Amino acid sequence: MDFLSEHSPELLPGNRPLPPVQGAIEAPHGTTIVAATFPGGVVLAGDRRATMGNVIAQRDIEKVFPADEYSAVGIAGTAGLAVEMVKLFQLELEHFEKVEGAQLSLEGKANRLSTMIRSNLGMAMQGLAVVPLFAGFDVDREKGRIFSYDVTGGRSEETGYAATGSGSVFARSALKKLFRDDFSENEAATAVVQALYDAADDDSATGGPDLGRRIYPIVTVITDEGFKRLTSDEVSEIARAVHERRLEQPDGPRAALL
Amino acid sequence: MSTPFYVSPQQAMADRAEYARKGIARGRSVVALQYADGVVFVAENPSRALHKVSEIYDRIAFAAVGKYNEFENLRIGGVRYADLRGYTYDREDVTARGLANTYAQTLGAIFSSAAEKPYEVELLVAEVGATAEDDQIYRLPHDGSIVDEHGSVAVGGNADQISTYLDQHHRDGMSLGEALKLAVESLSRDNNGGERTLTPEQLEVAVLDRKRPQQRKFKRVPSSQLSRLLASEGSSVGATEAGSAEEPESGTSGAETGSERSEGSEE
Repeated sequence: MDFLSEHSPELLPGNRPLPPVQGAIEAPHGTTIVAATFPGGVVLAGDRRATMGNVIAQRDIEKVFPADEYSAVGIAGTAGLAVEMVKLFQLELEHFEKVEGAQLSLEGKANRLSTMIRSNLGMAMQGLAVVPLFAGFDVDREKGRIFSYDVTGGRSEETGYAATGSGSVFARSALKKLFRDDFSENEAATAVVQALYDAADDDSATGGPDLGRRIYPIVTVITDEGFKRLTSDEVSEIARAVHERRLEQPDGPRAALL
Repeated sequence: MSTPFYVSPQQAMADRAEYARKGIARGRSVVALQYADGVVFVAENPSRALHKVSEIYDRIAFAAVGKYNEFENLRIGGVRYADLRGYTYDREDVTARGLANTYAQTLGAIFSSAAEKPYEVELLVAEVGATAEDDQIYRLPHDGSIVDEHGSVAVGGNADQISTYLDQHHRDGMSLGEALKLAVESLSRDNNGGERTLTPEQLEVAVLDRKRPQQRKFKRVPSSQLSRLLASEGSSVGATEAGSAEEPESGTSGAETGSERSEGSEE
C-alpha cells in the first residue's frame, strides 16, 4: 500500500476527491454478514441480496471473500467500494507474504483492515459506508477469531459470534440464543444459516435462502487447514434442513426459558 | 591532475561483461526443468531463509544466481510490478513475458550505464500454462538480453556443463521424481568430471504445479518430501504426493536476516 500510494496514488480508495453532492447516493448496498467460532476454527457467512433503496439490486451477490489462506472478509455497506477494499486488502496480504516471506499475524491483518476503513471515512459521511466483518484462524494461538468494525475504523474483537449489516440486529439476537461454545463445524454452519434466516425474516434488505432459484447463503469455514467455502450442495442441504423445520416452527428453534 | 586515458567502448563493455560473468560463476547453480505438471526449480543452497527461488505471482516464479542483495532487489521489484499489474487490470494480465521484459530493461540500463557497476546476477523467470506447450522459461543474463528456453536450463557456476548434461537427458513429460533426480544428478557433477553427493538439506526446491487447486501455483518442496521424491525411483507416485501436501511457506522463512548473504551460497 505504501508503494501504491507513492507510485499510483489514484488507485487507492482514500485518495479520490469526493463528489460534491449532498445527500445519499443511490448505489447497491450489501446487507447481512454473520460469523461464529467453534473449537478449531470459525465460520463466516453472508446472505446474497444487494439493495438499492427499496429495490433489490442483485439476488446473487457474493459478499464473503477469502482474504488469504487463513482469513476471510464479509462485507456490508456500499458494494462497489467494499469489493474494491477487499481486493486491495487481499493484494496487500499477498504482497506482504511474498516480499517478506512470512504471513502477517492475524492481529496485523485486522489492524490493516481498520486503517483501510478509516481512509474511507469521507465517503462514509456521505452515506457510502463500508463495514466489514473479519474472521480468521490465528495460527499462533490455534483458534478462530472474529473482528468487527465501525465506520470510523474502530476495531473490536468479538468472542463467540458477531454480525454486521442491516439485518445484524436480528442475526445477532438469533445467534445469542443458538450459540454454544462446543459447536462442531457443521453445527456452527447451521447456526449461522439459522441466524441469516432470522435476519431475512425481519429485515427487508436481507435475503433468505431462495429455494426456487437455488440461491443459498455463502458459508465459509476457516480452520488450521485454511480457508474453505462450502459448496452450494453442502449449503443447500443445511438451508433445506433449516427451511424444513421452519415449516413446522416458523420462528425457529425455541430456547429454554430458564 | 591525471588525464583519464582512452578506453574503447568495446573494451569497456568487454571488461564489464567479464566482471559480471566472474561474479556469477563464483556462485552455485540453479536449474529449471519442465516436467509433466509444470516447472521444477532446483538450487544448491544451504540456507533455509535466504531463497534463490521465489514466487512472483499466480503462475510465475523467479530464480536467480549471483549477488544476493542485487537479485533480491530485482525480486521485490518483480513482485511489485506483478501485484500492481494484477490489481490495476486482472490477474490474467500478469505474464512472464512482460515481467522478463521489465527485468531486461532494468538489467540492460544498469549494464550500459557507466556510473554503476553491472549487476552480477543471472535470472530465470518461468510461467506455467494450462498445458506443457504453454509453459515459458526465460533466462536473463547480466547484460539485459533475454533467452527463451525450452525443456531445461541452468544458470550460475558451471552452467554450460550442467545444461549440456540436462539437454542430453531431459525429455518431455517426465514425472516430478524423474525431473528432480535428473536435476540433482546434473548439479552434483563437478567441473573436472567428478561427482559430489548432494543431500536434500543442501537443496532448495520449488515447483510451479499447474495441477495445484489454488490460484497460486508456486510451492516449496520441503527437504523431507524431497528425500521421499528422490527415493521414489521416478515413479508417478511422487507427483501426486507433491500435490497433496500443501504447506504455506511461512514456517521456514520466518527468520529472514536480509543483511547477510548466506554462507556458501555465492562464494
